[in-house]
Formats: sequence, structure tokens, C-alpha cells
Amino acid sequence: MIHIQNIIDAIGQGSIFALIAVGIGLVFGVLRLINFAYGQLIMLAAYTLAFTDSWPDAASVVLAVIVAVAASLVLERVAYRPLRSADPSTMLVATFAVAFLLENAALVQYTYRQQGIVADPVGTLSKLNEAVTIGSLHVRWVSFVAIGAGIVSLGALALLLNRTSIGLQMRAASMDFSTARLLGVKANTVIVAAVAVSGVLAAVAAVVLSVGNASVTYTTGLYETLFVLVGVVAGGIDRLMSATLGGFAIGFGISIVGAELPSSGETPFTSNVYMPSVIYLAVIVALLLRPAGLFARGGRGAERV
Amino acid sequence: MSRLRGWEQLLGPVAAVALLALVSGLVVSSANQVQYLTAIVYVAIVAALYVFVGNSGVISFGQVSFVAVGAFAAGVMTIPIDTKPGVMSTLFPLLRDHSISSAWSLALAAGLGGLYAFVVGIPLMRLSGIAAGIATLAVLGITYNLFYNWNSIGPAATVESLIPVTTDYWQATIGAVAVICIAFAYQRSRFGRQLRAAREDPAAARAAGIDIHRQRLLAFTLSGALSGFAGGLYVHLLGSIGANQVYLDLTFLTLAMLVVGGISSLFGAVVGAITISLFNILLVNAQLGIHVFGWSITAPSGTSLVGIAVIMLVILLLRPAGITGGKEFSLPSTLLPARLRSR
Repeated sequence: MIHIQNIIDAIGQGSIFALIAVGIGLVFGVLRLINFAYGQLIMLAAYTLAFTDSWPDAASVVLAVIVAVAASLVLERVAYRPLRSADPSTMLVATFAVAFLLENAALVQYTYRQQGIVADPVGTLSKLNEAVTIGSLHVRWVSFVAIGAGIVSLGALALLLNRTSIGLQMRAASMDFSTARLLGVKANTVIVAAVAVSGVLAAVAAVVLSVGNASVTYTTGLYETLFVLVGVVAGGIDRLMSATLGGFAIGFGISIVGAELPSSGETPFTSNVYMPSVIYLAVIVALLLRPAGLFARGGRGAERV
Repeated sequence: MSRLRGWEQLLGPVAAVALLALVSGLVVSSANQVQYLTAIVYVAIVAALYVFVGNSGVISFGQVSFVAVGAFAAGVMTIPIDTKPGVMSTLFPLLRDHSISSAWSLALAAGLGGLYAFVVGIPLMRLSGIAAGIATLAVLGITYNLFYNWNSIGPAATVESLIPVTTDYWQATIGAVAVICIAFAYQRSRFGRQLRAAREDPAAARAAGIDIHRQRLLAFTLSGALSGFAGGLYVHLLGSIGANQVYLDLTFLTLAMLVVGGISSLFGAVVGAITISLFNILLVNAQLGIHVFGWSITAPSGTSLVGIAVIMLVILLLRPAGITGGKEFSLPSTLLPARLRSR
């Protein structure tokens, strides 16, 4: 029997993953780029929170947003824009290189600070880690924040995409970039807008993640991003909604499988150390049944954003 | 004689490996030699990766799974039998109570790598594009997860270091050249050409009667067998085996090598692997300290990896289609006998 507490925890985890999925799906929509470096952007924002731990929470969050957006824009300008017309594999490897660069830069800075590689504590918004108790159920505030942040950012994005000119241009660009350009959509403006929004989302994800796990290392965000990338494609990367649902589903699945499987057992699939195998197997089955994504709309020519 | 036309393309990749081997054997100090041998083994891994990714145009994140299977098979089965039941008591009895020679372990690695790729490929090769990439990434995730946790098939979360170090200068070179020759023979075969046609235009290829699923499966299996073999070479070079040695880092590194060299040619695969490896050796040595005109420069640890990432980016920005532009090696036509010149 699945416990209600586990379901509540899984919804919280799913919401965090959904948030990351929006950032990845948005950039994919306009750039057709699977951004393997998104986790390192989250890490960068998380380090910003850690280094400004003594500041007021609001100031440190604002700085984290600024850092994540600035880094996204610089990467877009320096690494991705010149490669836009190149083979997709080239842009993919460029994101590996960026990820590798940021991860190792995070390692090198420990040498300059003359200390071992240890996690940096983050206390930003740590009050959110406390739980509300309803009967026998415990819900951490951060779960509400994650769900709230997910809903607010999706809602704001829906408004942006459906009600503003830049949103219309983003949708047009993601359906058919070359035709959109012929009709006067400015490619750079649209891409910069999408990349900047994904940077904001990376910072939000960093805040939510560091509330749950109050320390930052050079691998912060890596594990989550890998699963989200897989989930986004399994959900359907061609539309922002299906991509987000895919992200939510994988976060939910990870949490619930991890909690429901027993914690000891050597044989494969009998304990929760085999949770990744269970999830990946489910993803493979989902992709084989519905290659365009579990939540993708039927029919061709569906909008990608 | 016309059957020989085009075989001079093989000269480039083989000569590049031979040169690297020669340098590592003659010039390099013994402390650095293992880095050069690693570079040669990387050539084998990237050439194996190329057999599928280069010819099919489908990005696979899963080929390192087959390297892992080969590495674990070759590693676990060559731990000396007198110590094995003691140090790895949790293994399945079949694995625990038998050991084989290093040479046989390479054959076993190739066989198991190919078998695993074939079994995985039957369903997965129906996918293409991003779905195929992510499904192969999922295979890598499962492979890693099983090797990392299941102590009946290997050392699980620990690193086992009793594996005989047998990949020397000769074995690495001959192994890498063998992988290159097989990859080249495949790409010139009827099957290789059918798959490359499907890469350029799937609809036209299908209309011409090419069974894309079957051709991809064949390339995936061959790539899996070669990857397994290269994994065997790798484990006998490292002398140790652990799940983290054959996971994401190796996947990203080898894919980057392939793309940096030029994804759609075997020459590109070889050049990419060698270029990145040489830069890496250079930067690692710089980290240990270089002496220029009496100045001693020592870079802080970790900078070599930052440097290699920057170099990859710069090469991609300067040459988005890779160093070779995805073209095979070619001799100036004046150097070729008339009957071998292409028209």
C-alpha cells in the first residue's frame, strides 16, 4: 500500500523537477538545444546563495537570479549563438564542454580558498524546511513553495507566451524558425528572452533545492538535471506543457519508488538503491510506446512551446 | 583493382595511431607513458563509438554501457584465482571460482559487449532522434546502477584493483588499429553504405529498400562488440575496475572527442581522440609545473580540466564540423597510382 505521506513528499519533489523542466523545455523550444549545462547554472546560483549567506535572504536571492541570468546570456552569446547553424551534435557537445568547464571551475575555486572540497552551507530561506503537521502527515513549507513556484512560473509563462508579442514570436520561432524569421521575428531577441527566463528559473530551482538540502557542492543540480532531461523527453519535449509534466512525473516517480522500495536487499530491483534502474526502465518503455512523449498531443505540427 | 580504390583513406587513422604509439614508446618518459597508452585506448573507444554514431547519425549516450560490460567482464574474470574467492566472495559461483587469461578476457569482453548491444538494440533501434538519445542514456543509467550496487557480478561500490595490467604498448596499439580496421571495413561494406544512406535521407533510403532498423541494429551490435573489446583493453591498462570509471565522464569525454574530430568520419574519430588526449597530457603536465626560460609555472589542480573544456569549445567554435570537417583522410591524387585515383 502506498503511503499518503510518501505521495505528499513525491508531489513536492515532482514540483521541483517540473520547475527545472520548464527551464530546459523553454530553451529547447527556441534553440532545439538539449542543455546538459543547465544543472551547472543551478549550481552557480546555489553557490551565489552560499557565498552571500550572511546577507538578507531577499538580497541573496536577487543576486542569485542576476548571476544565473547573466551566466545564461553570456553562454548563449559566446557558445551557443555562433553554433546555431552547426550540426545539433556540435551544439550538444558545446553544452557538455560548458558543463565540464563550470563544474571544474567550481572545483578549482576550493584550491584558491585553500580548503578541502567540502560542501558550503546555505541558510537562505531555511525556515521553509520546517514542516506543517496535519494529523499524522508532515508537509514541509518548501513543498508548498515548490508547488507555488511551479504554478506561478508556468502561469506567468503561459501569459507571456499567449498574451505578449515576444511570446507570440517565441511560439512562432519554435514552430518554424526560418519561416518566423522571414516574417520579421528577430531571432536573437526571441532566443535571448527565452534564455533569460530559463536563467531566472535556474535561480528559483537553486533556492528551492538548497532549502531541501542546505549545502552546495560542485555536483549540486547535476543529478536532478540528468533525471529532468530524461523526464522531459519522456513526457514530450516538443511542447512546454508535456515537457513540464514529464519533469513532474520523473520527480514524483523517483520520490515514490525510493520511499516505497525496502532499503536493504542486494538482488536487483528489490531495494531502493535500484530506484534509478526502475525509473530508467519505465522511461525506456514509455519512449518505445510513445516516442514523441507520454503527454504529447497526437498529430503532427503541434506547437513546441 | 577498383576494389582497392579508397583504401588509402585508412592510411590516415592508422598512421596517426602508429605515430602516437611511436612517440609514446621512444620519446616519452616512463612516468608519462601510461597517459599515452590511455590515449591509444581512447582512440579504440571513440572509433567503436563512431561505428554507430558516425554511420547512423543517431547520437547514442549508451555506448559506454558496452565499454563497462567489457571492462567488468575482462576485469572480474582475470583476477588471480588464488585470491579471488577471498576478495570477492559475494560473486556468483561461476564468476568466483573461475579465471581466464587476459587474451581470452578480451574476446569475452567483445562477445558480451556485442551481445548486450544486440539485446538492447532490438527494441531501441526503432527510435530515432532525441528519443533514441535519451533511451540510450537510460540504458547507461541502468548499467551503471546495476554495476554500482550488485555485488554478485562485480565489486559494486568499491574499486577492485587486483586486475593484471597487461595492456602494454604493443597490445594497446594493435588493439586500436584492429578496431580502426574493422570500423573501416564495415563502413565500406554494403551494410555500412546502406546505413550512411539512411543517415543522409531516411525516406529515400527506405524507398530504395533499405531496412533502417536492421542496419542500425547491425551497427549498434558491432559498435557494442568493439566497445566491449576496448573496455577490456581499458581495464587491463588501469589495473582496477569500478563503476564510476565507465559512466558519465567517459561518455561525455568520448562523445566530445568524436564531435571535435568530426562526427561523420573515422579519421575524425581518431584525430579527435588523439587531439583531446594530447592537450590533456600537456595540461596535466603544466599542472605539475613547467619550466620556461628559467620561470617555473605551476597551475592549481583542476585547471587542466577547465583548460580542456575551453579548448574543446574553441575548437568547436572555429571548426563547427570538427577538425577534419567529417571528411576521410585523402592523399594528394598525384601520389596515388593511376588505377587508384578517384574520378
